[in-house]
Amino acid sequence: MSVDNSILSVDDVSVHFTDSSGFLGLFGERQTVRAVDGISLDIGENDVVTLIGESGCGKSTLGKTIIGAQEPTHGSVTFRGQDIWEAKNNRNPDIPFSEIRRSLQIIHQDPGSALNPNQRILTSLMLPLKKWNPSLGEEERRKRIYALLERVGLTPAEDFVERFPHQLSGGEKQRVVLVRSLLLNPDVILADEAISALDVSLRVEMMDLMLELQDLFNTSYVFISHDLSNARYIAEKSGGRIAVMYLGRIVEVGPIEQVIGDPQHPYTQALKWATPNLYEGDEDDDLPIRKIDIPDPTNRPSGCHFHPRCPKAREVCETNDPGAFEDENGHAARCFRADDTHEYWDSPSIVDD
Amino acid sequence: MRTSNQNDSDPDQDVVFEVRDLEVTFGTNRGESRVVRNVDFDIYRNETLGMVGESGSGKSMTSSALMNAVVSPGETSGEVTYYPPGGGEPISVLDLDEEELRKFRWGEVAMVFQGAMSSFNPVKKVRGHFKETLEDHNRDVEAGLERAHQILGDLYLDPDRVLDSYPYELSGGMKQRALVALALILEPEVLVMDEPTAALDLLMQRSIVSLLKDLKEEYDLTIIFITHDLPLLTKLADRLVVMYAFDIVEVGSTEELLYDAAHPYTRSLLNATPDLNAPIEEMQSISGSKPDPVTNIPGCSYRPRCPMADESCAEAEPPMADRGNGHRTACFYHDDVADEIPIPAMEAAEEGGEGE
Repeated sequence: MSVDNSILSVDDVSVHFTDSSGFLGLFGERQTVRAVDGISLDIGENDVVTLIGESGCGKSTLGKTIIGAQEPTHGSVTFRGQDIWEAKNNRNPDIPFSEIRRSLQIIHQDPGSALNPNQRILTSLMLPLKKWNPSLGEEERRKRIYALLERVGLTPAEDFVERFPHQLSGGEKQRVVLVRSLLLNPDVILADEAISALDVSLRVEMMDLMLELQDLFNTSYVFISHDLSNARYIAEKSGGRIAVMYLGRIVEVGPIEQVIGDPQHPYTQALKWATPNLYEGDEDDDLPIRKIDIPDPTNRPSGCHFHPRCPKAREVCETNDPGAFEDENGHAARCFRADDTHEYWDSPSIVDD
Repeated sequence: MRTSNQNDSDPDQDVVFEVRDLEVTFGTNRGESRVVRNVDFDIYRNETLGMVGESGSGKSMTSSALMNAVVSPGETSGEVTYYPPGGGEPISVLDLDEEELRKFRWGEVAMVFQGAMSSFNPVKKVRGHFKETLEDHNRDVEAGLERAHQILGDLYLDPDRVLDSYPYELSGGMKQRALVALALILEPEVLVMDEPTAALDLLMQRSIVSLLKDLKEEYDLTIIFITHDLPLLTKLADRLVVMYAFDIVEVGSTEELLYDAAHPYTRSLLNATPDLNAPIEEMQSISGSKPDPVTNIPGCSYRPRCPMADESCAEAEPPMADRGNGHRTACFYHDDVADEIPIPAMEAAEEGGEGE
């Protein structure tokens, strides 16, 4: 999947973790978790991509790989044409690694542990500016910080900067963390479950704020969530894309209206079923999956990785691994069902009723 | 303090818990922290009661008080009366001594906490937890383990594999389900669940909710489900209790509160809750911040954040107004709230023919 004017390009990236520790390794085989398995993704200017999936599906690992915080075991990540890991290891890259590092920022789930509890907010915000903009004077730095804090509603800023993290509420802390990443004027911000820890009543406001600032700073977001409603909110409001991950792969990706409105992959359909809506009659309580539990990631099922849980699995799914079927709108699904002429349709079902 | 005739239970209902004037306080160096304030409510037999509210609104403390399980140095006062099935002698829970409480907990009322991860002893196999519980309560271990097999199977688990595992060998969702089975091992009447799904993935959350519905039928349970996840709750609960600032602000059937909520907080909460159908342009967070348990806000506690508040809201605390069908709300202007705070998602659903 490609976009015009891409800032970041992820090309056939895999991240494998091999267990080599502990005495169990003496007896057993080495186990490999393919946290990210052959993923390609482009992120453009002012783009929003939301990654969604169950815990352990590799969404955080992919996120970290995208912003250059995790080295892929295979494939490449390029920032404005410069391979990130070559920049790190090469003395004369076109774009120095430090510049790439500054351009790609992260906001974590728990703002409480992202701020040093012993430092005033001012110190936490001054340090990154000092490191990346050493030419700025103290007054100038302070001015920038105040302006941004006021912009995100932490007023009066003079008062907020003197506080310690424990004197702020969860929502206020998350704003400070957002300000800290924006101070560096990054091109892409990875927001890893950045609003999951906030109360429901505050989430919409935080997401709105992030999108407002996007316009102001021309930033792209990679937004990771396990919650489909939040992912849909931010993707729909920004006109962004959503990518559904399962066992290290993107199983469905596309514009939000299509992925949520007309999901092609049975896994996306299950996630949609699992997301309760307030104003909706009694929907079906029957589970649209055959097994509740996710398979062992060190021993992934053959064929389509989803087939043991899939309610629509047929024999061909046990042996053949579906590639991505993409339609003209950039909506792609890794499921044979997306292809009307596939041999799947003649294959016997493996689901017992 | 709410004054009105709400202290009388609905005579048509078989009440299992009657809670009156419940107060939970903690002494802090900033003064007395009142984390549950004058709470009155009933729980009906064989219903699923959902408690919803922001973090720190007092919902966990209220549910802990049902078992007199508020952690020290918290002080619990008021009345919590438990009515055993078959018209047995009512039990005043807050007056039980240690030994009586031990029998009451788990045997009559069992609790599943948030974070199944830390509820198991890490160096004991799951089977050991079941055995220990049965032995402690002088039950037939053989028959009990038989029952454990059955409940674990009902929860889509492989009973032998789970029983023979150490907690770390199970995934979060498996542990959470094993914990539900453990809670049900002594055949309790009431199951209290405090954010039992918060740490789980959405597919697992929704699956557990479906399984709970089946369990409730099969084992004749009364379930109290505490969460901040309102959409999930509406798929499970028969009635909802909405807590704000350490007290109940609205109670009623799930249907009633979704379509005819009469408290500004409940309506704003519905508007702040993202779901897949909600019109995104209309969604709004609730401005302002939640109250501090040490301060006493005179009058209505929601007043500082309420768009409808006026002087009278500052003068007195609104009583629980009865809107019929067991729907009660603590707002002076409960008849006007629906006009003042529309719920676009509800209107959109009704226009789409999906509503009532």
